[in-house]
Amino acid sequence: MSSETSTVTSEPPPTTADTELTLRLPGESQKSEAKSTKRRFSDLTDLKLGGNDESDTECSVVTRSTPAKERVVGWPPVRSHRKNMMKKDCKYVKVAVDGAPYLRKVDLELYSGYQQLLCGFEHLFSCFTIRNVLNERKLMDPVNGMEYVPTYEDKEGDWMLVGDVPWMMFVESCKRIRLMKNSEAVNGSELLEKC
Amino acid sequence: MFPEEVLEHVFSFLNSHTDRNTASLVCKSWYEMERWCRKRVFIGNCYAVNPRVVIRRFPEVKSVELKGKPHFADFNLVPEGWGGYVYPWIVEIARAYPWLEEIRLKRMVVTDECLEIVAKSFRNFRVLVLESCEGFSTDGLAAVAANCRNLRVLDLRECEVEELSGHWLSHFPDSFTSLESLNMACLGSEVSFSALERLVARSPNLKTLRLNRTVPIEKLSTLLQRAPQLVDFGTGAYSAEIRQDVYSRLADAFSRSKNLKSLSGFWDVTPAYLPAIYSVCSQLTSLNLSYAATRSPDLTKIVSQCYNLQRLVVLDYIEDTGLNTVSMSCKDLRELVVFPSDPFVGEVDVLLTEQGLVSVSQGCSKLQSVLYFCHQMSNSALISISKNRPNLTCFRLCIIEPRVPDYVTHEPLDVGFGSIVENCKQLTRLSMSGLLTDRVFEYIGTHAKNLDMLSIAFAGDSDLGLHHVLSGCDSLRKLEIRDCPFGDKALLANASKLEKMRSLWMSSCLVSFGACKLLGQKMPGLNVEVIDERENVNSLPEYVPVEKVYIYRTVSGQRFDTPDFVRIMGKDKDDLFSDKGLKVAVLFCSNFGTFRPCCCTRSRSL
Repeated sequence: MSSETSTVTSEPPPTTADTELTLRLPGESQKSEAKSTKRRFSDLTDLKLGGNDESDTECSVVTRSTPAKERVVGWPPVRSHRKNMMKKDCKYVKVAVDGAPYLRKVDLELYSGYQQLLCGFEHLFSCFTIRNVLNERKLMDPVNGMEYVPTYEDKEGDWMLVGDVPWMMFVESCKRIRLMKNSEAVNGSELLEKC
Repeated sequence: MFPEEVLEHVFSFLNSHTDRNTASLVCKSWYEMERWCRKRVFIGNCYAVNPRVVIRRFPEVKSVELKGKPHFADFNLVPEGWGGYVYPWIVEIARAYPWLEEIRLKRMVVTDECLEIVAKSFRNFRVLVLESCEGFSTDGLAAVAANCRNLRVLDLRECEVEELSGHWLSHFPDSFTSLESLNMACLGSEVSFSALERLVARSPNLKTLRLNRTVPIEKLSTLLQRAPQLVDFGTGAYSAEIRQDVYSRLADAFSRSKNLKSLSGFWDVTPAYLPAIYSVCSQLTSLNLSYAATRSPDLTKIVSQCYNLQRLVVLDYIEDTGLNTVSMSCKDLRELVVFPSDPFVGEVDVLLTEQGLVSVSQGCSKLQSVLYFCHQMSNSALISISKNRPNLTCFRLCIIEPRVPDYVTHEPLDVGFGSIVENCKQLTRLSMSGLLTDRVFEYIGTHAKNLDMLSIAFAGDSDLGLHHVLSGCDSLRKLEIRDCPFGDKALLANASKLEKMRSLWMSSCLVSFGACKLLGQKMPGLNVEVIDERENVNSLPEYVPVEKVYIYRTVSGQRFDTPDFVRIMGKDKDDLFSDKGLKVAVLFCSNFGTFRPCCCTRSRSL
């Protein structure tokens, strides 16, 4: 009897990592008020993404299942269509990539943090790799050497950098995502136009 | 001998495929007469026959219905790439039936190219129903919308669609007014609401409208007002912050929908909005609340007003108390479906037991069809149900934990299910679960003479169980088995029975490679497909059990669109994979022995 490969369900166990602020300039202490550290895309000077305390260097599909039973493939006989539709707070957002002809959609509820989201982008847009430069994680297309900066439009209609706020807050406020070309070098770069 | 016109007139009253098939066997002239006037063709297994053969026999067809993958594909037991490609069929029927009106497909792989061919080939195309299909994107839908001028039905039931954009809906031209039924519930992408509203407004015959999740609750009243003739309505996400104006408009719109008989949708339900449907409850014959994650009191309040309900689909949140209300209020109920709210949870915090089903079986005298997920069952409950409702035709019980015995006596549930097959003499479909020994199969073989489809999981002790079923169930056409200790003996002893059935599926059982090969060699009328994804499968000895085997009768010989992990056993001389180079799908015209390359399937890397 083959066992089910890891699946993703909709209920993340709450972890402290979810609520941690992970972005700050070197030397700054962690701020408790999330709003004040949230940056508009136009304020970009430095970019750090992900970086949960938990070691998450691997890109694996996260299984966030309830503990207890080992699952058997196809049992109980509930269609995966139904299982997917039953996901509460299904949070689909469109992901646009500068230069790509069509949009994709991701369900933010499937991911438990920024690192997993980047991994998801890696899978979705197979041209990308997550590039680790020092402590930063960015998306890079090795073919043309372009770097892509993940940004999102929040509920107020502002375009913000992905990664500034705690993950759950991001999931709640994100309306859509855009991976913007960052053709300049990372540090001290010229600001890109707001989309 | 009747003149042709009389025969044709008589045949026009024969609508069921079985009746038509029977009539065609009476004599040669009836066969000839019947084949010229058959308008609807149903092919239960797309690999059982070649499209050319069908076309040659039935030249005047207006409606084609095809099924592809076996039923257990619904539960991820059929690996991706197994088959079920509709493309070869589409190409042939596009050429042969320019006046085709209807296509219905279930569990098939449908590409955008297929949809484009459909869109452009049939001038009078009217009905497209895709159930549990996959392989196409919203681009394919756009092609259908743009080109099918006379389309009446676009019904996407639980399909997996690649969502490139929601613009497909906007491709229906302004001159398009013939829409009668639109079911887009399975799509995730947002369509332009104004395009949707305009489409609804210019479709005076629209009877069925099932929206997808992205249509917000605030917009529902607009659509309902545009289509007061609606009979079947599926909402989008049924949630929002409570606003009195939104609620009032919605409740008002529902109250004006005098023709509404069926409701569904209700994703992400905000319970406070549920009373908006109260005014239509007494009209409803069908209600699907199986995505409404709300607790028993809300659900009970609704069903208590559904006096005319015939079909109820709901989550186990309804609990025994809610089902008790159903048994008292819904006296016309024919079909009950209760899905699990959380199939994988260890502890049960939902008070749905076997008692709910027993109540409904007591109170609802017309109940014929049951699909019920629960955590516990007893023989006495099953016996009660069978005695209350001898008119059951479909009984599917899923006790969520495998091999669970009678929770009262700790015995197997053999006697309970035995009582079901003994008392319910018209039973055509049965799915079982819980702890079951060979004894239950003896009961089934003895009593279930009208049984057409049987699903078995984690049951039985030995080959004797399978033998009872194959030798005793005279009407059996579809048998699907998983995780049972059934092996070669019963299968080989009942080989001839398999030719009288549509198909047999066995996975995680004890059927060996050798037996599959023997069966394939001895039975030219069967395809014995071994589905096995193990890397070392070529080097396994013949006595080793296969992972999965799918056996079906066919007049078209073996298929040529199989992936690596599927082997059609016993047909080749050496019975190894023929695995080098390009695979080309070939269609045989069996009487004439001609063949022609049809479509290229994936090229195989070495």
